[in-house]
Amino acid sequence: MAAALFGNANAIEFIPASASDRFELLASGEIDVLIRTATWTSSRDIDLNSQFVATTFYDGQGIIVRSDSPFQSVTDLQGATICVTGGTTTEINLQTRLSELGVDHTALSFEGDPESLAAFTAGRCDAWTADKGNLAGQRANFPAGEDGPEAVRILPETLSKEPLGPVVRDGDTEWFDIVQWVVFGTMIADELDVTSTNVTSMAANPPNQDIANLLGASFDGAPVLAFGTSLGLNATFMQDVIFQVGNYDQIYSRTIGQIGLPRAGTLNDIWTNGGLIYAPPIK
Amino acid sequence: MSVLSQGLQPRSLTPAALWRRRRTRRYLLQAVFLLAVGLVVAYLIAQALDLELDFDFLSGPGGFSISHQWLTDYVATDSRLAAYTTGIVNTIRLVLIGIVLTTVIGVLAGIARLSSNWLLSRLASLYVETIRNTPLLVQITFWYIAVFLELPEIVENRNLFGALYFSNRALALPFVDSDGAFGIWLIFLFVGAVSAWWARARLLRGEEATGRTLHATPVALLLFAVIGAVGFLATGFPLAADVPHTSVTPFGIRTIDGGLQVTPEFAAILVGLVLYTGAFIAEIVRGSIQALPRGQSEAAAAIGLSAYQRMILIILPQALRIMIPPLTNQYLNLTKNSSLAVAIAFPELVFVGTTIINNIGHAVPVFILIFATYLALSLVVSVVMNALNRRVQLVGR
Repeated sequence: MAAALFGNANAIEFIPASASDRFELLASGEIDVLIRTATWTSSRDIDLNSQFVATTFYDGQGIIVRSDSPFQSVTDLQGATICVTGGTTTEINLQTRLSELGVDHTALSFEGDPESLAAFTAGRCDAWTADKGNLAGQRANFPAGEDGPEAVRILPETLSKEPLGPVVRDGDTEWFDIVQWVVFGTMIADELDVTSTNVTSMAANPPNQDIANLLGASFDGAPVLAFGTSLGLNATFMQDVIFQVGNYDQIYSRTIGQIGLPRAGTLNDIWTNGGLIYAPPIK
Repeated sequence: MSVLSQGLQPRSLTPAALWRRRRTRRYLLQAVFLLAVGLVVAYLIAQALDLELDFDFLSGPGGFSISHQWLTDYVATDSRLAAYTTGIVNTIRLVLIGIVLTTVIGVLAGIARLSSNWLLSRLASLYVETIRNTPLLVQITFWYIAVFLELPEIVENRNLFGALYFSNRALALPFVDSDGAFGIWLIFLFVGAVSAWWARARLLRGEEATGRTLHATPVALLLFAVIGAVGFLATGFPLAADVPHTSVTPFGIRTIDGGLQVTPEFAAILVGLVLYTGAFIAEIVRGSIQALPRGQSEAAAAIGLSAYQRMILIILPQALRIMIPPLTNQYLNLTKNSSLAVAIAFPELVFVGTTIINNIGHAVPVFILIFATYLALSLVVSVVMNALNRRVQLVGR
């Protein structure tokens, strides 16, 4: 985002937001864009003065338990105490799904992940529920003092759809467009195999019209479709973004890939490989 | 303005003279100030009218469950208002138990600080100084994460006397279990208490009239015990011992059933609040006792009262008069500090309120509701304490 606006990926101020204050921070103008594990839901989109831009990660809610516990599926959790972050869709999904399945349980709502982790490792909870992407991260970084990642496992079921993505304030359509097209730009770059290593040569000599449109370059002497300019940005803003940050696949493997969540064959694969990552064309 | 300067003033004033008059300048200043206040108020009202102050969302279903319930039976399909009420009840429970315990601890520690026993007074000082000088939030988190969550998991044989369980799921101790006749027995107890009180008053009057000792208090207690015992037999033993025991679900989850159970969350916030407020109360008690003239305790010693009698009969009743107003402050602090329970998963009213905000927004109405609730709770505490204050104050003659 900063690379698109200022040509410098580091020209950004990160403000930590908790699950309980994130939408307030956004609505009050403290932050311009909320990029956290915020699930796109109708009520948040409509009621919270916020607007979801795009889905950057298709997640689903899962449940993590200790490896030595006898739980093999969600229905085994009869009578269990389950840690969850309060005020989240996760909390409501847990309640809805488990009561549908007739699984009687106690949900213990915490302020955030660190508190849930402390209670889970202490044995206060039999299980801990969160988005699977998050749980995979928690498992990868599970404290070595608690026997590391092997001490816990994630149950197979997925309890919900959790489309995650950036959120902006209602009413600022120009800003919405910018955030949206930076996100789409990284997806299109992934689709067209434009990476941070080859972006400079591709911009100098674009192999086809689509790549030329993305990078704000001219293909075969045709006039430049400067879609960046109509966003109020530099015509070549996507060159900066891809050069400094990378395309969707590079961002994924640098972040989510690191915590042991493979991309290939999942919902988060590019659409040409059967996934759901699909951006509208630049025309 | 002295009479002298008024006498010197001429009847008609030039504008310059008018300006020099102090009264004119004061009125002018007042007018400017009033105008500024008026503008601020008008601005605030205009802002308030802009806000969405609609409380309809409270009737929608909560959707989330609440882990701690006391006298309430909220389920996720109940309204958000019911969820919020559950939060209020949890806060009240915390505050009621907290105020009683913190008073006991505070009074004991306050007296202990003045003890001539070196060890006792140093221990009390250590307690007061450590607790008073560290942040409450840190203490509560410490009690939760470093103490109550560090307790062992539930194990059948890990208990005291076969009945006391200390685990990180629950602390459990034996309690009494009541059946349907319990209510009738309560009526017996009430009748017993009333007649005992009446008998004691009569006997005391007799003592005053005749000068003979009629043992008013023992007789009254005996009467109460007899009526209570008769009622207990008549209703067919409405109470039974309820000893906690553990059980295991088919999937290996150990639970404690029966007895009086306290969760680690409630225990941590309660211990945190009670010890913190208790340290301040200890200082109030110490100060109030030291504020009494030395002669009071010397005179009590001179007429041969023991140290215990001096404290109970002479010192504490007088110190109480000085104590109550600052004590009220501490009770109010405890009430307000109970909101720190959000840090450790105890669903009191702020916790439930912020959960509602996260689910559907409406931050302003929810916070107005939270403010109003605390204000109401604090006013109740104040009213009770002020009534108590009026009762114990010296009647001016």
